[in-house]
Amino acid sequence: MATETQSADAAAEGSSLVFHPMDQFIVKPLFSDGPVGMFTITNVTLWMALTVVAIIALLVLATSKRAVVPSRGQSIAELAYGFVYTMVEDVAGKDGVKYFPMIMTLFMFIVMANMLGLLPGAFTTTSHIAVTAVMAMAVFLFVTILGFWKNGLGFLSVFWISSAPLVLRPILALIEVISYFVRPVSHSIRLAGNMMAGHAVIKVFAAFAALLAISPFAILAITAIYALELLVAFIQAYVFAILTCVYLKDALHPHH
Amino acid sequence: MEGDIVQMGAYIGAGLACTGMGGAAVGVGHVVGNFLSGALRNPSAAGGQTATMFIGIAFSEALGIFSFLVALLLMFAV
Repeated sequence: MATETQSADAAAEGSSLVFHPMDQFIVKPLFSDGPVGMFTITNVTLWMALTVVAIIALLVLATSKRAVVPSRGQSIAELAYGFVYTMVEDVAGKDGVKYFPMIMTLFMFIVMANMLGLLPGAFTTTSHIAVTAVMAMAVFLFVTILGFWKNGLGFLSVFWISSAPLVLRPILALIEVISYFVRPVSHSIRLAGNMMAGHAVIKVFAAFAALLAISPFAILAITAIYALELLVAFIQAYVFAILTCVYLKDALHPHH
Repeated sequence: MEGDIVQMGAYIGAGLACTGMGGAAVGVGHVVGNFLSGALRNPSAAGGQTATMFIGIAFSEALGIFSFLVALLLMFAV
């Protein structure tokens, strides 16, 4: 009822959109109307918990029978495991396989959160920079500490590109230092930005669907963008995981 | 009045920041196009390089996302 009056008001004012496309990203408490505190259960909490439940259902329950001829769930779980395993082995090398559980965890969490976020009415937890920044900072700190722990001060040679001409090396070192510290920013913003932008675009076209003249076009556009978003949801999880592997490789083998 | 001018500047800046998207589009297209032209010449070597292609896409896309971030900051944080 409230939304109807709002949309009527918006139409009366000649306002551009029936609802704001960024409204879907508002964090709301589930059980109270109060402010969001440290331990308030919000829609973010709910959808993160659902993500974890979905991962457990896929990786634990579906593979519990361990049939020789796999069921659908088991073959998806096996595909995901094999996919991430070969990725870690190819990009981070043989020594990187030790850190496979971390990358598998990150990949599964992000891909599940992205996919669940595409359900109509769902909340995309990965569209919030707060969520992705925690993961990106964790990866950044882990990789930096691991690099110093494995190589000592030799880790600093990641900034000193020995294949470049000597004159250029200090300049390149400066650029490398800057790009090293931008890593957590770009790592987190890439995922959050892609998710947020895609969902906002879907919502903008959904608002256009209320206008009779272009509604068929708008609905077709939503369908097409939804298909694209399915692809993006997977590719962004893949990119996050593969960049983690690249950073891991830098930490394990800093010499260019 | 002064606040209006600041807001106008922020909106114009947010619009201008969106031109960064074009740069990201050119970059991603360049990466994938060059990958394809290489892959069609030597298809047997292409399979092992898709990961590298995605890393390249991610790096060039990150700068487009930065322009999106600037636009968001101008819209909601200024």
